[in-house]
Amino acid sequence: MKSAPYGFLLPAALLFLLFFALPIGYAVWLSFRKVHVLGLGLGSGARKEVWAGLENYTDALSDSELLDGALRVLGYGCVVVPVMLGLALVLALMLDSDKVRLAPFTRLAIFLPYAIPGVVAALLWGFLYLPDVSPFYYVLDELGLPQPDLLDGGPLYLALSNIAVWGGTGFNMIVIYTSLRSIPAEVYEAAKLDGATPLQIALRIKIPMVAPSLVLTFFFSIIATLQVFNEPTTLKPLTNSVSTTWSPLMKVYQDAFGNGDIYAAAAQATIIALATLVLSFGFLRAANRRNKQEAAR
Amino acid sequence: MSSLAVRKAQPAAGTTPGTAQGPPPRHRIAWVPTVTLLLGAVYCLLPVAWVVIAATKSGSELFSTFTFLPGTGFADNVSDLSAYRDGVYWQWMGNSALYAGLGALLSTAVSAVSGYALATYRFRGRETMFNVLLAGVLMPPVILAVPQYLLLAEADLTDSYLSVLLPQILSPYGVYLSRIYAAAAVPADVVEAGRMDGAGEWRIFTRIALPMMVPGLVTVFLFQFVAVWNNFLLPYIMLSDDEKFPITLGLYTLLEQGANTPALYTLVITGAFLAVLPLVVLFLVVQRFWSLDLLSGAVKS
Repeated sequence: MKSAPYGFLLPAALLFLLFFALPIGYAVWLSFRKVHVLGLGLGSGARKEVWAGLENYTDALSDSELLDGALRVLGYGCVVVPVMLGLALVLALMLDSDKVRLAPFTRLAIFLPYAIPGVVAALLWGFLYLPDVSPFYYVLDELGLPQPDLLDGGPLYLALSNIAVWGGTGFNMIVIYTSLRSIPAEVYEAAKLDGATPLQIALRIKIPMVAPSLVLTFFFSIIATLQVFNEPTTLKPLTNSVSTTWSPLMKVYQDAFGNGDIYAAAAQATIIALATLVLSFGFLRAANRRNKQEAAR
Repeated sequence: MSSLAVRKAQPAAGTTPGTAQGPPPRHRIAWVPTVTLLLGAVYCLLPVAWVVIAATKSGSELFSTFTFLPGTGFADNVSDLSAYRDGVYWQWMGNSALYAGLGALLSTAVSAVSGYALATYRFRGRETMFNVLLAGVLMPPVILAVPQYLLLAEADLTDSYLSVLLPQILSPYGVYLSRIYAAAAVPADVVEAGRMDGAGEWRIFTRIALPMMVPGLVTVFLFQFVAVWNNFLLPYIMLSDDEKFPITLGLYTLLEQGANTPALYTLVITGAFLAVLPLVVLFLVVQRFWSLDLLSGAVKS
């Protein structure tokens, strides 16, 4: 009986070691290595892996492609995260309000994009952004309005952000809605008797009470945003404005498989992982501290 | 985990909109929330409605007729798509079903046994193991996928079905959900009673605990099924033989070829429509007896 839990956890532990711990360790190891080429690099033994120290890291941190990608993704995240979570919160509150009609239908409809692969979502929106086949351009054309190029410059950020918002709102709405429903009804009764409006109840009672699930959705949204890869990769064939290094992860892929420099790619991947950890845990700590302060008041 | 408990469905969240007493008077409808939610639904359904209609259009209709006017070419589009490269499209669909179905089944089994152990037993290193597993969620997929590729290449396993299946069996989120469900659904005294009767730990798990965890495990299965079906990065890195591609990667390569050839647009669009269909149908069928709330770890107390 003493050993039973360890036996039960053995498959998970083995899989974790093989497919999480070992690859991470290997990536970190590779990030400190480089290939040393002798002469023309021909013949056996001419290419040798040697210790590189922090060289790959200093290269990565001064690599303008990686920095540009990071800035692009930060800009993109500043649109996606607030808009997506704001929408999710508003829709969850609407679902939770009294006397709302068609709630089961709308809830399912808004959740539906979760079931659609990011690649397919990007593909669908990609076509909706193409002037030749898009209903938006058709309407603009009929009305005689100017037709912006959605796949270039500033609008491209919005076009990409829209895909992420569309895909992620439903899931986050469900998470927030679940936590709204776990608030006991008695909590509202007193407020209602005092004549509080639904808006006041939402702002003063509901939103503070679901704060933990807002923190959680924020946390996971930051992580997902920093790792954006599928959507810009899918839009790439449709426009020249998405480069092969548009997001940091695309840059890692490009260096590892396009340029065959797995050492540089490993260093960049390690930096991205560290940045993700720092940002997401920094956010969690800040959120916890605020919660404690509010509780103390 | 009582904070995650879901109270009984409120009228507001009613799954049976006013049928028993006939339609309620008009003024009792809250218009602002209803209209906001309908707008949200329209936004979410718009691209899906578009692809459904666009898939019915022949190549020339796609560019000439109004977007939301159905066309006449659906049957032709499907047979063109089926004929494309000797029906490789259906091979992709089959591959996705295999990766997602088998992958989710194995993943659910591992999650169930791990979650049960973490919830029922007190043992040294329990929280450490749980936290280390959870940290896996935070790892950017690419920091895992690139070295996974290099390591699997050492074992001569890249470009194989296993290279896509194996790395996706362990799901940190699945273990997390299973632990919550096991803690809520399997009472400690039931496990104790099993021991009194002399049943072994494994037998208690398979015969007593597992049936109690089924509703939660359905959620873990669905979650993982969607995650594997939707995964693009891992197969993109692992596979080069397009006979082994899942549908996401297949459609991407089709788009890559079709982007400069408008003649291939109809194939891409029809392919996207047929790729969306299975998961949408799955969710519509499943939601009749399964609650979306379970996805966020909610359990009835």
